[in-house]
Amino acid sequence: MTSGEERIACAFGAGKKPLVIAFTVAGDPDVPTSLAIMREMTAAGADIIELGLPWSDPVADGPVIQRADLRALSGGMNTDRLFDLVRRFRSEQEIPVILLTYANPVLRRGVDRFYLEAADAGIDGVVIADVPFEETAPFSAAARSSGIAQIAMVSPMTPPERISRIVSAGRGFIYLVAALGVTGVRQGTDPAAIDLLAAVKARTTLPVAPGFGISSPEQVREWEAAGADAVIVGSAIVQVIETRHGDPEGVVCGVGELIRALKHGCPDNAGTGLQGPSHGTPAW
Amino acid sequence: MILGTRFGEYGGCFVPETLIPALEELEEAYRTIVPDPSFQKELSGYLTEFAGRETPLTLCRNISQDLGCRVYLKREDLLHSGAHKLNNALGQALLAKYMGKKRLIAETGAGQHGVATAIAGAVTGLPVDVYMGDVDIERQAPNVARMKLFGARVIPASSGTRTLKDAVNEALRDWTGNVRDTHYLIGSVVGPHPFPSLVRDFQRVIGTETRVQVLEREGRLPDAIVACVGGGSNAIGMFHPFLDDDVALYGVEAGGEGEGGRTGATLCKGSPGTLHGAYSYLLQDNYGQVAESHSVSAGLDYPGVGPEHSMLRDSSRVTYSSVTDREALDACLYLSRREGILPALESSHAVAYARNLAMSLDRDQVMVISLSGRGDKDLATVMEYAGVQV
Ligand SMILES: Cc1ncc(COP(=O)(O)O)c(C=O)c1O
Repeated sequence: MTSGEERIACAFGAGKKPLVIAFTVAGDPDVPTSLAIMREMTAAGADIIELGLPWSDPVADGPVIQRADLRALSGGMNTDRLFDLVRRFRSEQEIPVILLTYANPVLRRGVDRFYLEAADAGIDGVVIADVPFEETAPFSAAARSSGIAQIAMVSPMTPPERISRIVSAGRGFIYLVAALGVTGVRQGTDPAAIDLLAAVKARTTLPVAPGFGISSPEQVREWEAAGADAVIVGSAIVQVIETRHGDPEGVVCGVGELIRALKHGCPDNAGTGLQGPSHGTPAW
Repeated sequence: MILGTRFGEYGGCFVPETLIPALEELEEAYRTIVPDPSFQKELSGYLTEFAGRETPLTLCRNISQDLGCRVYLKREDLLHSGAHKLNNALGQALLAKYMGKKRLIAETGAGQHGVATAIAGAVTGLPVDVYMGDVDIERQAPNVARMKLFGARVIPASSGTRTLKDAVNEALRDWTGNVRDTHYLIGSVVGPHPFPSLVRDFQRVIGTETRVQVLEREGRLPDAIVACVGGGSNAIGMFHPFLDDDVALYGVEAGGEGEGGRTGATLCKGSPGTLHGAYSYLLQDNYGQVAESHSVSAGLDYPGVGPEHSMLRDSSRVTYSSVTDREALDACLYLSRREGILPALESSHAVAYARNLAMSLDRDQVMVISLSGRGDKDLATVMEYAGVQV
């Protein structure tokens, strides 16, 4: 069996840079649509899927992802159902899947048990938004013994010597927080974040993926020019899901269009609704 | 971090990476600025001539007679602003000033901490933004007006449960985006390290004064001390100077609707987990989703609790229990009628518990209740409960 870490490394080895890491909250708006979204992300050319396990108190997230977490939770999403969703997806797709969550759902299940079950379901990497370097030891140890990559975050506030410590403990890739504050769509790219990318790349051979605020092909091109190995797109996708809420086919189409536009750098295709999903209507 | 971040297994820094450097900076200030004599001198100046310390220790003759033991109240209700929260707000606002911060943010439930921060901001010249849940803005209207009068902006927290928990979430989000020049003036002994230690140290004045006052009056330490526990700041401030003594300590949580109903009794009903940056007891479901709390008192309506209390619970050094909304309201009316003192609904929980505890004490035994705040803000709720027409 391929370990999660290997699967992520393969994606970075094979894909054209920058890879697109596409985020969605599991169960937003419901499980069948989530599965269809994940399939469409894959078909549209996303290189890695980042799946959010929703939490009641997502302090690293702006309003868009907060609302998605609430939609998913009120629809009954939980840890068991997320693992079932990934297992189902993994039985048909090879694309790496990483999980984004907060510490408490992991602690509540038991750290070791959480990682073993996650690996068994087919999850390749885990990012925990409120577990910084100081608290990562038990999570990283459990990740290592289950073959999952524990992905570390670096922020614009992180001083250089701390970057070195963080990246040396990181696995899979480094998540570069490209803006101060919480998740949410932002215009343009902060020059300080571009400098941060250089500072991180100088200290690690791991791929580096900026996230927070990235939504447009233009931003993707800026990151490409700066040498980013991947871009993480979150709120922009979740916004599409929210806007077209109640129209599952529209949701899936919209997500596919956005990813194609980001992947192929063609702004005109973004959100026009002219391009359908490449593989017909998803089966649910 | 240089200092230990835990109380036993509890505490820590469960926050996004962006906040860690700010917490390190705050820890540095806690280690170097707070103990500095010039800082201490300036703070104690504010506490005495501005805030009105020391606060009295009142022997309550009527309820002592009723309850059959010697009952003292530590009168934090007489502190400027009407609650103990100002001890911490002045301490942290001054610290923020020494650290060169340009803006204060705070969360508030009952509004007492928001008012205290608004006052501290006014007096130190720092602008203040206070996050407050929609629901609390409605039930604590007088405090909202006071905050605005003192020049603070009150920002409604309309996410999640729309009470204290979500006000903290919003404050943390604000801080993450403005961390360079903003200080998050957290209102209780909760949050990531070093907040639980920092806030405790600013609230210890309650216990150190009480110790001296009781010794003066009784010639010995008290037999029992009772305090309400929301996040736990008045309780830890009161308890901490007595931890090594032979004094029974009682923390009282919000029992809400009582057995089987909605509750705010985190230590009594919860289990360990992470919320707002610390590993501590928590009201949560089997998947680690934080549960909604309930209490008639907005300041105790919180599904978390300070990590030092979690340690003291496990070691049994402090006995934690809860009283219901109804018992607290009754105690509020009782103290008002018998002693002419209107306690905050938060503090009324301690009074309610003390009424029961007194049954196990003898006539000459001494009990101190931390009267953390006054009840003017709760008038509407209390009058409605009592069926009194105004
Ligand atoms: C008067 C009063 N007492 C107690 C509390 C609860 O806080 P803590 O447990 O931190 O003392 C509050 C909070 O708003 C309060 O206003």
